[in-house]
Amino acid sequence: MSARIRHIAFNTFREAVRDRVLYNLVFFAVLMAGASILLGQISIDIERQVVVNLGLSAVSLFGVVIAIFIGIGLVAKEIERRTLYTVLARPVRRWEFIVGKFLGLVGTLVVNTFFMALGVFAALLYVARHFERGDLSVAVALYFIVLEFVVITALALLFSSFSSPLLSAVLTFALFIVGTFAEDLRGFAAMTHGAVRGIVTVMAYLMPNFAALNVISQSAHQQPIAGSLILYNTVYAVLYAGAALAGAVLIFERRNLK
Amino acid sequence: MTARRSITFAFAVLLVVCLLGQAATVHRLDQMRPEKTLEEVLYVPSAKVLQRLSLGYNGLLADIYWTRAVQYFGTRLSSRTKSTRYDLLYPLLDITTDLDRNLIPAYEFGASFLTQTPPLGAGQADNAVKLLKKGVAANPEQWRLYFDLGFVYYLNLKDYAAAADAFRQAGSMPGGNPNVLPMAAASAQLGGDPRVARALWQLTYDQASQDLVRKNAQAHVRSMDLDDAVPYLESKVAQFRAQHGRNPAGWMEMARAGVLPGVPKDPAGDFYRLTADGHVLVQHPDKFPFATRGIPDTE
Repeated sequence: MSARIRHIAFNTFREAVRDRVLYNLVFFAVLMAGASILLGQISIDIERQVVVNLGLSAVSLFGVVIAIFIGIGLVAKEIERRTLYTVLARPVRRWEFIVGKFLGLVGTLVVNTFFMALGVFAALLYVARHFERGDLSVAVALYFIVLEFVVITALALLFSSFSSPLLSAVLTFALFIVGTFAEDLRGFAAMTHGAVRGIVTVMAYLMPNFAALNVISQSAHQQPIAGSLILYNTVYAVLYAGAALAGAVLIFERRNLK
Repeated sequence: MTARRSITFAFAVLLVVCLLGQAATVHRLDQMRPEKTLEEVLYVPSAKVLQRLSLGYNGLLADIYWTRAVQYFGTRLSSRTKSTRYDLLYPLLDITTDLDRNLIPAYEFGASFLTQTPPLGAGQADNAVKLLKKGVAANPEQWRLYFDLGFVYYLNLKDYAAAADAFRQAGSMPGGNPNVLPMAAASAQLGGDPRVARALWQLTYDQASQDLVRKNAQAHVRSMDLDDAVPYLESKVAQFRAQHGRNPAGWMEMARAGVLPGVPKDPAGDFYRLTADGHVLVQHPDKFPFATRGIPDTE
């Protein structure tokens, strides 16, 4: 990675920290501690499941919100503040700017997720008193959540490269929802016929696929997650994010910034 | 090539490669997780929970669930085998009609999907009655639901008194269809007579506003007519055999011998096949999905 990309990424991370993005960790900590103590008292034998379900869902939702709302402003805010011109006046290529911004936000999300994961495991230890081999699936679920953030950040950046922050947020959130039902979408596409089938199938495969990245329920029940799923999900997230980033670069390269 | 063009070219290639690669990976992931495909997924089995989650968009959610029910039925029907089961059909229909109690097609078509005998349907007449009674309670002004209820009682449950009651309601209610009233009398007096069943399907065919319903009714009427025609024609073949000491070579020979007035056609308008051992078969059995006679043995 070039030094220029590294600098842009680091500054993006620093800016997010300055924007108090990581304050959500406090809320998350309160949520996890409260849920762990409360559920231990009012439920029977599902404390572990609730901690995992609630913890991982919160990690995912917090991260998605951060990825969308920070991601959509990555380019727009730089243009609005006119700081982009200062950056591009230096020997920084536009694609380096996009890739640096992407890596910076992904880095922020990874750090955020790391601290949240510590919270989840702490709550898990509190309710279960010890860790088991099956808890490894919680770590895998957290890894898949990070992959989900990688894809969403790339999408937010793609939309941010050509539209307003509000429209970018709407489009990214819409794709997040669609991606959650991506398997159904492909299922419906497979049931159509003729030319419509071809068009709908292509559309369905262009949508992000978040369904395979969601193994929260499995990890709550300590079910093992196949190594091949980890491999394919990783490959998928890298490729999809790569495509979205490439699209963002192509648009941003041609964008008139005057 | 300038630096900018090189970058554009490189990222365009990257875009295409990544898009194709992710599609291939998704395809592979779908194969790895077959249990997650549409067919057997009943996301939330409780309509009450769904109503809360829908934030007031019950109608839209009902439409989605109805579509899911249709796709579930259609997919299983198109790939049916003797062991095909429709376990999720009633729960899907129940949720759909809980979400929108006025979704009449869900009651009408749903009851039809449920009552058809397996593997062409779920063979769950009891559930069809439950669904239609729910529909009648929520939509008492819909004569069609009473008619469908009577239909299930008559044809599937053989409860002719209950069928007569339902037909009477459908025919005599304000805004009802008086053409159904003769069915009430026929059910009460001639319960179990196949002619009543045929008349019911014929009435369904005549009254149907949906092409799908009309085609289904037509297939039933044709199948019933075929079930009547085949024994008649085979009796004529037997008559020829008794007269000539052998089976006829074809329909023309039977017509020339005066056993039949001409070459017979099946209810779909095609010529029958006459086998060497004197059996009568149709040429296109798919036009008679409900027939029990005249269908070539596929095994």
